[in-house]
Amino acid sequence: MSLNPFKTIGIGVTFSPNLKANISEAARLALFFDAKLVLIHVGEQSKDKENTFKTFLKPFIGKQLICDVVFKAGNPVEVILSAVNENKIDLLILGALKRETFFKYYIGSIARKITREAKCSVLLLIKPSIKRVPCQHIVVNGLEDPKTQQTIFTAFYVAKKLNANKITIVEEISQQEVAVNVDDDRSLRRSTLVKERLKLREDTRVKKIINDIPLGVKENILINTQPIFGKRGYSIGHYAQVVRADLLVMNAPTKTTFWDRLFPHDIEHILTELPTDVLIIR
Amino acid sequence: MSRKKNKTKTFFKDLPKNIFSGFVVSLIALPLALGLAMASEAPPIAGIIAAVVGGVVVSILGGSYVTIAGPGNGLVGVLLIAITTLGLNSTYAAIICSGGLLLILGFLRMGKLADYFPSSAIQGMLAAIGLIILGKQFHIMLGNKISRENSIDYLLYIPDTLNAVFNFEDIGLKYAAIVGVLSLAIMIFYPKLRNKYLQLVPAPMWIVILSISFSYYYELVLKQPNPIHPDYMLSGIPSVNEIITQIPRPDFSDFLSMSFIGSVFALTLIASIESLLSIKAVDKLDPEKRRSNVNKDMSALGLATIGSGFLGGLNVVTVIARSSVNVNNGGTNRASNFAHATFLVIFIFLFSTQLTRIPLPALMAILVFTGYKLASPDKVKKIFSVGKEQLIIFLVTLFVTLKIGLIAGITVGVLVTFIIHIIVNKGVAFFLRNILKPNVLMFKEEIGSPTYYVSVKHFCSFLNYNKLKHKLDAIPEDKDAVVDFSMCEFVDHTVMENLNNYQELFLKRGGHFEVVGLDMHDTDSLHPFALRRLLPVPNIFKSNLTRRQTNLEALAKNYTLYYSATKRKETHFLDNFTFFNTKKINYIYNQLSNDLEDMILFDIEFSEGEFIAREVIRTTMLHIALNKRIPQFTLDKEGFLEKVYGFAGFKDLPLKEYSDFSKRFYLLGDDESAIKSFFNKDLVQFFESNPYYHIESNGNSILLYSKERLASNKEVKAMLNFGKRLQVVILKSISFNTKYS
Repeated sequence: MSLNPFKTIGIGVTFSPNLKANISEAARLALFFDAKLVLIHVGEQSKDKENTFKTFLKPFIGKQLICDVVFKAGNPVEVILSAVNENKIDLLILGALKRETFFKYYIGSIARKITREAKCSVLLLIKPSIKRVPCQHIVVNGLEDPKTQQTIFTAFYVAKKLNANKITIVEEISQQEVAVNVDDDRSLRRSTLVKERLKLREDTRVKKIINDIPLGVKENILINTQPIFGKRGYSIGHYAQVVRADLLVMNAPTKTTFWDRLFPHDIEHILTELPTDVLIIR
Repeated sequence: MSRKKNKTKTFFKDLPKNIFSGFVVSLIALPLALGLAMASEAPPIAGIIAAVVGGVVVSILGGSYVTIAGPGNGLVGVLLIAITTLGLNSTYAAIICSGGLLLILGFLRMGKLADYFPSSAIQGMLAAIGLIILGKQFHIMLGNKISRENSIDYLLYIPDTLNAVFNFEDIGLKYAAIVGVLSLAIMIFYPKLRNKYLQLVPAPMWIVILSISFSYYYELVLKQPNPIHPDYMLSGIPSVNEIITQIPRPDFSDFLSMSFIGSVFALTLIASIESLLSIKAVDKLDPEKRRSNVNKDMSALGLATIGSGFLGGLNVVTVIARSSVNVNNGGTNRASNFAHATFLVIFIFLFSTQLTRIPLPALMAILVFTGYKLASPDKVKKIFSVGKEQLIIFLVTLFVTLKIGLIAGITVGVLVTFIIHIIVNKGVAFFLRNILKPNVLMFKEEIGSPTYYVSVKHFCSFLNYNKLKHKLDAIPEDKDAVVDFSMCEFVDHTVMENLNNYQELFLKRGGHFEVVGLDMHDTDSLHPFALRRLLPVPNIFKSNLTRRQTNLEALAKNYTLYYSATKRKETHFLDNFTFFNTKKINYIYNQLSNDLEDMILFDIEFSEGEFIAREVIRTTMLHIALNKRIPQFTLDKEGFLEKVYGFAGFKDLPLKEYSDFSKRFYLLGDDESAIKSFFNKDLVQFFESNPYYHIESNGNSILLYSKERLASNKEVKAMLNFGKRLQVVILKSISFNTKYS
């Protein structure tokens, strides 16, 4: 279990109104994590482009940021994925799109494809900003899954680095596990009992993971657990939105097939509607 | 094990009470069953068979507690069409099939079918059924039997019938019309007469009793034939032997025809909607605050319908008016449903010949009243007050149902609702994008006092209400719940109305149910449906005060009390009084309070029963907050009726030392020893030497009233005076008791 998982941070850049904000955000993160930053641009190399990037990066270069720019023409998905491999990028940052008039964010088809296929962790940003918006509350999933321990560890690492002061571990418990349909008073009582029991079980499991985290990482962080009975992957996103979390940390999906996209579950719910910034750990 | 034993014990303890209420229910069920069957053009006995089979099967296998099953008024429209197009024997086959469908729906846990329909469309359909019943029976009620093609034609012909009544040549028809009008008058004015003895027998039974005695009066006293035209007498009530020997043979030969399949679907749809609405409404009246198992009940109703169809009876549904009568007469479990069926059998066994003495117009008057209640102008007004668009949905559903049929009506109602939602949201994409997505999050907040927090995203309308309902149903009603719509862009009327129901249910069971986050919708102007209007908003009772109100105002000044005329809907302080267990408080108004606010005198409007058995009562009450623990009890004048109730298992606590007091007063309560020590000499003497009031304690406050009507100025003064002295006496006796015990 490595405690410094992010050594190289990559970001795909295009010339959009968000460019400066995206670069600032990525550069700041790289400084926080002591990581190298790689800008990936899909397109031909030119002096103009390079200069623009340089001007945006300037305030950070002064703070000892190590930075690289990669130019490569071709299919955006393939270019970015190959750049990730070649540069040994372990955290890829992607920007989200905003649906007109409503405050709803989703990620475009290209970013979505990259998210599904990338071999590294992915951070989806909903509203990159030029000035730093402090990250205070991190929500992380506590699913019963072999990957969860690494995810929670990383969440604590990120919290430490970004000075977040609160982490909520959400244990999503699906209805199938309760296995009691509420029809009348008796079944309601029974289902409430079963839920209490499941909640205790989940809490002990998560407590064990928290106990394994070194003290230095988890000090000064308020740790909460919140069991939720509901649809997996959906509830945690909705919850993060309700509690206005600044970052949601999730396990990577095991494998997505065509059917998973047609009948969305787990992370797909979050990809169709980003509740906040989302970090997917791989 | 001990819990089970306890259950059996309470069952037997409550048995007399339930048999008694089953008896009262059977009094109203008998005329209704006959009338509903006649209105569907089925033999009158078919209604009784449905009630008996329903009562037996549902009471044994059902999942609800205080509901009564039997033939329902909603089905009259469908059965009428089925019988005229398919014939009687094929209709029995259709009834059996619809019972089978209901059984399957129950097993598949689809009992919530009615949740998928917009409530205004359901209201429109029910109103249309009311008009079908009213339109058809109105003519028979006035002795002018006609037959028309279309339900609307019956309605349009009403003025002609009114005209014809005054030109009747035949004296027999004249008598028929008079009986009809008198019976209708009984139905209308009965709820207004609050006489204990009169109220013991429900209005429809009074009509039956009076018309049978009328017939006997002519036969035995005047020795003349009954003056009512023989065509207008109930006919074809078979004796029990005949019922058994003449079981009809359901005819399944039309099984695959369109009209047969249509009838089966219509029967199933209406039966499930009517039952579900009734179960929901009755659950709110249940004094023991239990939750019915809708799916189990639906299966039982299906099974009962199958049995009823094979025996020559109609569909069995849960019926609201009879169930509310059951609750009001002390029914506590399914035994009363069984008792009601048993009494119906006894009636048929003993009185089947007497029943032929009932004139048809009398029965039809009951149905005309039922139909009117389903389609009353009040309902239209209420829907209009929710929003113009709801009225459009209501009226379109109503007319299509009348003109074409029930299935077409409800389908059009759903479509119109959806189109209106699309117009309001300026686009269909919003719905299509989000309809399949999950949109409800519920979690129990761990910090502080446990509250269930429910957040809804995207939109919430009749299309996806089931998702919200599923979560809400998992919350125990005695807990706190908050439903947050701040992330939801559109909430429709159906959802708001259902949430209002939840709110009432939670309130009754000691919980809290709050809806938040809707204030934003107006300012966003994304959402012109101002449907929050449905949730209680206090409004001014009347801008100018009535004579009584000015008098009360003057009285308040003299007694240095505060007077407020506004309606108050927040009546938590009345929650734990047993008096209101089976009643629904609408609001209190004309409130007089002292500066400590421990003594409040107010007028209150509450309702008892539902639908045609619904009675709205206004009365004046006095509430005294004691801020001390006293035992819970009810004290009233001992009268004949209490003796009757006594036989039926309501317990009177005797105070041995004060036998005179016990003779004159009727004292009820659970904690016998605490009550006995609470009623000491001072208190008993106080009650004996003062005027009678109905007095109730909920553990820390006292509620008292004298009559079930508004009190006059003088009575208000007397009440205030009595209350003040009672407060002093009680406080003194508590301090005495605590000092010496």
